[in-house]
Amino acid sequence: MTEQMMDAPYRPHGLTNGEQGVLGQPLPRIEGAAKVTGQATYAYEGTPAGIAYAGIVGAPRGSGTIERIDASAAEALPGVIAVIHGDPRMPAGEANSRAMPSFASDTVFHYGQPVAIVVAENQAVAREAAALVVVEMTPGQDRFDPRAEPIDTAPKIGFLPPIAKGDLDAALAEAAVVFDQTYTTPIHFPAAMEPHASTAWWEDDKLIVRSSNQVIGAARGTIAQALGIDKDKVRVLAPYVGGGFGGKTGVGPEVILAAIAAEKIGRPVKVALPRRQTAYLVHHRSDTVQHIKIGCDENGIISAFAHLSVAAQHDDGEFLEPVPFGTLPLYRGAVRHFKTDLVRVDLPATGAVRAPGEAVGTFAVECAMDELAEQLGLDPIELRKRNEPDTDPLSGKPFSTRRMIDCYDDGATRFGWNPQPPASVREGEWLIGTGMAAALRGNFTVNAEAIVRLEADGRAIVETDMTDIGTGTYTILAQTVAEMLGLPIADVEVRIGDTDLPPSAGSGGSFGAGSACSAAVLACEDILTELARRINASPDELRLKDGCVRVAGRETALADLVRGEPIVARAKSGPGAESKRTSQASHGAQFCEVAVNAVTGEVRVRRMIGVYDVGRVLNRKTAANQLIGGMVWGIAYALSEDGIVDTRTGHFVNPDFGEYHVAVNADVPQIEVHFIEEVDTSANPAGAKGVGELGISGAGAAVANAIYNATGVRVRDFPVTLDKLLAGLPPV
Amino acid sequence: MKTFTYEKATSAEAAVADTAATTRFIAGGTNLLDLMKLQVETPEKLVDISRLPLAEIEDMDDGGLRIGALVPNSDLAADSRVIERYEVLSRALLAGASGQLRNKATTGGNLLQRTRCYYFYDTSTPCNKRERGTGCSAIGGFNRILAVLGTSDQCIATHPSDMAVAMRALDATIVTLKHDGDKRRLSIHDFYRLPGDTPDIETVLEPGELITHVELPAPPQGARQLYSKVRDRASYAFALVSVAGVVAVEDGKIASAALAFGGLGPMPWRDAAVEAALVGKVPSDDGFAAAADALLKGAQGFGSNDFKIPLARRTLIACLRDLTGE
Repeated sequence: MTEQMMDAPYRPHGLTNGEQGVLGQPLPRIEGAAKVTGQATYAYEGTPAGIAYAGIVGAPRGSGTIERIDASAAEALPGVIAVIHGDPRMPAGEANSRAMPSFASDTVFHYGQPVAIVVAENQAVAREAAALVVVEMTPGQDRFDPRAEPIDTAPKIGFLPPIAKGDLDAALAEAAVVFDQTYTTPIHFPAAMEPHASTAWWEDDKLIVRSSNQVIGAARGTIAQALGIDKDKVRVLAPYVGGGFGGKTGVGPEVILAAIAAEKIGRPVKVALPRRQTAYLVHHRSDTVQHIKIGCDENGIISAFAHLSVAAQHDDGEFLEPVPFGTLPLYRGAVRHFKTDLVRVDLPATGAVRAPGEAVGTFAVECAMDELAEQLGLDPIELRKRNEPDTDPLSGKPFSTRRMIDCYDDGATRFGWNPQPPASVREGEWLIGTGMAAALRGNFTVNAEAIVRLEADGRAIVETDMTDIGTGTYTILAQTVAEMLGLPIADVEVRIGDTDLPPSAGSGGSFGAGSACSAAVLACEDILTELARRINASPDELRLKDGCVRVAGRETALADLVRGEPIVARAKSGPGAESKRTSQASHGAQFCEVAVNAVTGEVRVRRMIGVYDVGRVLNRKTAANQLIGGMVWGIAYALSEDGIVDTRTGHFVNPDFGEYHVAVNADVPQIEVHFIEEVDTSANPAGAKGVGELGISGAGAAVANAIYNATGVRVRDFPVTLDKLLAGLPPV
Repeated sequence: MKTFTYEKATSAEAAVADTAATTRFIAGGTNLLDLMKLQVETPEKLVDISRLPLAEIEDMDDGGLRIGALVPNSDLAADSRVIERYEVLSRALLAGASGQLRNKATTGGNLLQRTRCYYFYDTSTPCNKRERGTGCSAIGGFNRILAVLGTSDQCIATHPSDMAVAMRALDATIVTLKHDGDKRRLSIHDFYRLPGDTPDIETVLEPGELITHVELPAPPQGARQLYSKVRDRASYAFALVSVAGVVAVEDGKIASAALAFGGLGPMPWRDAAVEAALVGKVPSDDGFAAAADALLKGAQGFGSNDFKIPLARRTLIACLRDLTGE
């Protein structure tokens, strides 16, 4: 196996020499036909012989301890096979399972926490029986209101340590202009269309799970730990995943419960979470309180920047929303303070949802920059440009590639950026406004492996345990290999979603595409080296197109060079010294026009344009799809997404798509996505930076800034629902 | 979901034979099936009426329209007679649900939608509408979409229909077949019940009684019609406030006014005092404000739905301007 870590900028030959012309092309998804014709089987589909169905019993109180579980009524229901509880391997509070629950398993951390599993002959009976299980509890602390709980200013959890560079109070005292505001964001559910679902069965002592999961390699280890078995005894299959949005990065409790149930009854078991149960058994994004303090001179040059927040987690959770993640390298300012404090609550786990950190952090920061620009009498783009750093303002490292200014300029031109004073443009009953925001998402390259086989017939197969969560993984892997080996796209087969394949980073943190495609690039380079050897040429000399190799005017079919035995190469790519030497991020600028009804305060987004710097664009259609998707989420979290807790009980008030309002088609206008494409050779061999989470970054802020421009009403408490605008609208 | 028995009705007469409290009619099932999955509704028997011959829209001799109870919402909204004569109804229908749901949802079923109160759906919380005497979780809880008019200390749920609001403005008559074979003609104004101490009883329908038709009288001559729905997203959300208006202006004065409201009360809301404040008057902002005062005189917010009161006022005034303006 070739291992190449990013210890120096990558100097590709294959992709640069590629003549197939397929990489970057806006090709439709190669698995698209299978999906729309129902041939693609998801985790809950496909029914192994002897299947049984599971229903999960949730804790009836939001905190406390379980005293007694009476399953007799459930067990008596015809069709019930077993009711399982008290198994020490059962997951506790943390949404993502792990080996050793840190508390006794009778501790309840949130309402709905799984406490028993019912297995039955069909789904309806399993769920009906689950409702019949009686769970008696002694009450706990009932801390259901994050705003009412004490704040831990030195939390031991979370992956982003606090940063305090320079004396903030002194810097603010010296600054000519000081900005100081507080913003709040609500709970967000991941809201994947496909609910968490798993089908589990045992073949002797080996567990096989079909699961809806974003990162199956890690899932395999987690499942093995949680069940106390060897990792080699677990195989996870996730060939198709109906959306993740962060909620499927870990191992949901339903996986472990299905495995335990399958073991117990000696039959395959499948379970899908009913929509309302996903709110409790899948983590959500914490609500946040964010305090922004900025000190600058009269020209808007920032000297001090602070992004200080509070987020929630329950007693068994280890994740803490990394609120200022996208803010760290965004603007100038020698004095920089970033931290997130913690409140402990008795609510379901908080975790990574759709651009953890950036999605909500950019709301506060990018609204603050809009407010500061107005305070200074500057165009908001001008203020941002004046504060564009030359090097990473925190670490001093050089940027690998940073085309933020180009994103502002290109976006402004395309959008026709010409902001008018607040509340000054009206068309009939509608108040019109425009807004913009910067987008930034840190770029990461993580370890990934791939096998590429050049078969005797000249076709290629690429294998890695990546997942395609609707993002286009199948297609970009095929394009990468096709470009490297000079093959038509139809001659590349992609095998993913199976832990028997080489380990990858999975889909999460926007690093999946760059990392997995880089492993494929390196494997293809080994194949090119072997091909070159066979025709006594150097790899750089090879020109490959349509299944033929051309060297110095001589053309040979790949199939002729393979000569029977496939050429197989396995490669690993990952971070290295270059990753540490440089500061890496994807960048963008978001532009938005809204109309606000002057009578009712209803907001309609009229158009959005995003311009993005994401390194090499592997597929202009699937990349744009992801960015558009992010912008749509931005519309939703600006206007309507709002997970409400009943602070009396710890129940979610709106845990379904009826009342948890994601954007629907009618909320989404024409959205344009454009790229400032610069291959990032410091990022990874594919030259691609992260795409998936960039589109949501800043998107909600651009909408909120446009609403302010339309109405003159600044709402700092997301979402911007009509009731918050009503008092500031013109009288009828 | 609880297991149930299922039976296809061969005729309307056969359908009404079973008066058990645990029997439900099912047609489109767009609301009932969701409620059954959550065990909010736990019928032991479903009588499928979807194949009964009640899907016609017919002209009546007096210029009105008779709508079969099984006419899908999509068909009713697209019917040329409805579009021409009852625009408010077509617009209300299209403001509700989604295309897929409207294809399945029926006229009779739409009238009988259950509330979308959050707590009605959460079977582990008290709800007097779901189970009388357990308490109301919405009072003192989150109540953004709930009622500000016609509530009781037992229930503040809203009726979620858009269609029924338009029908209330159009003075619809609901025709039913009772268990004993008698037909009843109920004014829509008498069809729904206020929650009082029995919020679980929502209409005057008797056990086994089946809605067969809805009749609309001829619309008033020269009236302008409008349906305005304010909601939390552009589509696929229930009304925070909606206004169905049928208003005629003659010789510079308001000759007739029928105004019904959604999102405000436990039933499609209509208040004669609102119309009395308008009829016979020259359209004016003062008059519109007086109408809004009349509507909202007894309005009571419960915290997170307080905004509905000013929102209803603004929406009504803007609608009245549209209905009476040049």
